[in-house]
Amino acid sequence: MCTEKQLLSGNEAVALAALHAGVALGVGYPGTPSTEILERLSQIGGKAQWAPNEKVAMEVGIGAAFAGARVLVTMKHVGVNVAADPLFTMAYTGVKGGMVFVSADDPGMVSSQNEQDNRRYAKASGVMMLEPADPQEAYEYTRLGMELCETWQLPVMLRMTTRVCHSKSIVVPAPPSEPVIAQRFDKDPHTYVMVPAFARPAHRRLREKLEKIKEWNESAAINRIVEGDASLGIVTSGVCYLHVREAAPEAKVLKLALTHPLPVEKIRAFAASVDRCLVVEENDPYLVESLRTAGIPCDGKREMYRFGELNVGRVQRIIADDASPEPAPARGKPPQLCQGCPHRTAFAVLKKFDCVAVGDIGCYTLSVLPPFETMDTCVCMGASISAGLGMRHVLPDDEARRIVSVIGDSTFMHSGLTGIADMVYNPPKTGHVVIILDNETTAMTGMQEHPGTGRALDHSRSGKVVIEDVARAMGLTNVVVTTTAAEFKKALAFALNTNELSLIIMRRVCRLAENKIKAYEAALETCNE
Amino acid sequence: MSNTNGNTTNIVLAGLGGQGVIRAADILAEAAFLAGVDVKQSELHGMSQRGGSVTSDVRFGSEVLSPMVPPGEADFLLVLHPTQTENNIHQLREGGVLINTTAIIGDGQDLAVLDQDATPLTSRNFNVGLLGLLSAHFSFPEDAWVKAIHAHLPEKLHQQNEQAFAFGKSLAGK
Repeated sequence: MCTEKQLLSGNEAVALAALHAGVALGVGYPGTPSTEILERLSQIGGKAQWAPNEKVAMEVGIGAAFAGARVLVTMKHVGVNVAADPLFTMAYTGVKGGMVFVSADDPGMVSSQNEQDNRRYAKASGVMMLEPADPQEAYEYTRLGMELCETWQLPVMLRMTTRVCHSKSIVVPAPPSEPVIAQRFDKDPHTYVMVPAFARPAHRRLREKLEKIKEWNESAAINRIVEGDASLGIVTSGVCYLHVREAAPEAKVLKLALTHPLPVEKIRAFAASVDRCLVVEENDPYLVESLRTAGIPCDGKREMYRFGELNVGRVQRIIADDASPEPAPARGKPPQLCQGCPHRTAFAVLKKFDCVAVGDIGCYTLSVLPPFETMDTCVCMGASISAGLGMRHVLPDDEARRIVSVIGDSTFMHSGLTGIADMVYNPPKTGHVVIILDNETTAMTGMQEHPGTGRALDHSRSGKVVIEDVARAMGLTNVVVTTTAAEFKKALAFALNTNELSLIIMRRVCRLAENKIKAYEAALETCNE
Repeated sequence: MSNTNGNTTNIVLAGLGGQGVIRAADILAEAAFLAGVDVKQSELHGMSQRGGSVTSDVRFGSEVLSPMVPPGEADFLLVLHPTQTENNIHQLREGGVLINTTAIIGDGQDLAVLDQDATPLTSRNFNVGLLGLLSAHFSFPEDAWVKAIHAHLPEKLHQQNEQAFAFGKSLAGK
């Protein structure tokens, strides 16, 4: 295993660290900016797999860590919403093996539907949180996270941001450690079975653990002070630390690494050692609120700097408390559906029918832009089916019949199945029409496999979930697979005029993925010979 | 070597999604790494892969801090698509160097003309040609560039990209 210094992205560094830490498994769901972590882990010889969604990924991770193995779980920030159910209770149970889960936040929403600040999740659930500033720290903190988790039996959230995930810098790896081999699951119902009688003491144990971890964190060397002119002291974490060092090279800086639970007394002493204590953080005032709750006087940023990511220029403005309007960002060319994209065919038809398209997350969301302008809502993964049903339930019949739910194949596997269950269970009286734009890949995040492709993360042969079979088995009465504009048009015209529960699959492979998929299948054919 | 912002050299690469902006930045950053300096590269991709505007920052020097070029402080702006100069020019500092497709196709918009002319540049490899032009401003050893090109392109493309790089470099000062 390579321990020479190398130029790596934050994501690549996490993958290398996971390999060097001896993880038995990496599991996640693709989502920018986290996707490359598991792809890289697989490429460098680790075992990595895509789960249908983040909740499943987190639960597979919990099981692996309950069994005593080290495990890496990856997702983008909104994926943690999906995984929040297991997250809050795994903080109570704790785990035996090292478990680090990556929350890849997206300040500025480069490719996301919101810019939620997942540092709130660490505090709300009670897991530990490490915030790397660059790929070197992404490497170190992944390995440290495994050790901290095993010491305290509490999972660690590695909170990255787009700039940490997708920036490259020089990484000097450490010697790999021996893999931890899980031998058996040690039964311990008081720890692992969260019925109320066992969960009540488990909650107390969690709070006691966090007190002890906070005590450890107060003197941990990972929270560093950079000496400087005491007229300005800056408390910061993550990539903001690098902007701060460049924006104010003379300032004294407290760079925090383990930001939940916070080393409050260390911060208090730092604040007392400087004339002005300023907190520099992206998005929410997580640190500012924590300091003020602890009675530590500090300045924070103005509300205008809550939006979008920070950079050296914006940090200079925060330091100067500059309230003047910021220059408008340059308008570049917006993204669009690729030339030859099969979604174009589907949306050209939908536009003619004057449907209300209750949409979802994927490349097809781009149809909101000209020339199509055929996407009417987009909230979260899977919402197309359920929100479409909601509209059908309350609108008058003639309006209800215009409602169609539009979802992609990977998004359907992620969160569409429960929507179909609701459709069968609570059918609107006008029926409903769900359209799955099946391009046979997870296109938006870079053409990853999913349970419907029949290939695993490394493109080897896997089991395959056949969408139309599942839909029929669940009770949809009108299930049609189409491949051309004419077929799609005919199927849609029929479905919109019945009271049936309809699923129209428009199956045409993504133009960008087409040649790759041919190559994967050709390689699999060769294997079989 | 340019040495304007402390001791850090700032380059912003700009173009459209699918054009190879990130690949060009990878080659530049790798060459700096192989030349033995500290280097950081930062990119934004995702939605921008679908034909939208894409930029990548590369910074090198004795110690690079932020991975992002501070606003308006690019020493070099390398623009890989004829339509993308105007919306990125604000990134270039006063006195900074603009390198764009004008160097190879004049004021034209159609990079396909490169496929008909007699130069080693084509619409597929001109990114590397423009890196060659940029390279004349730095003192990285030649083999750092060659290794960087090899590391980020498939083997069958090595020779033609090395030629494109050399041709681009020969345009410097013309």
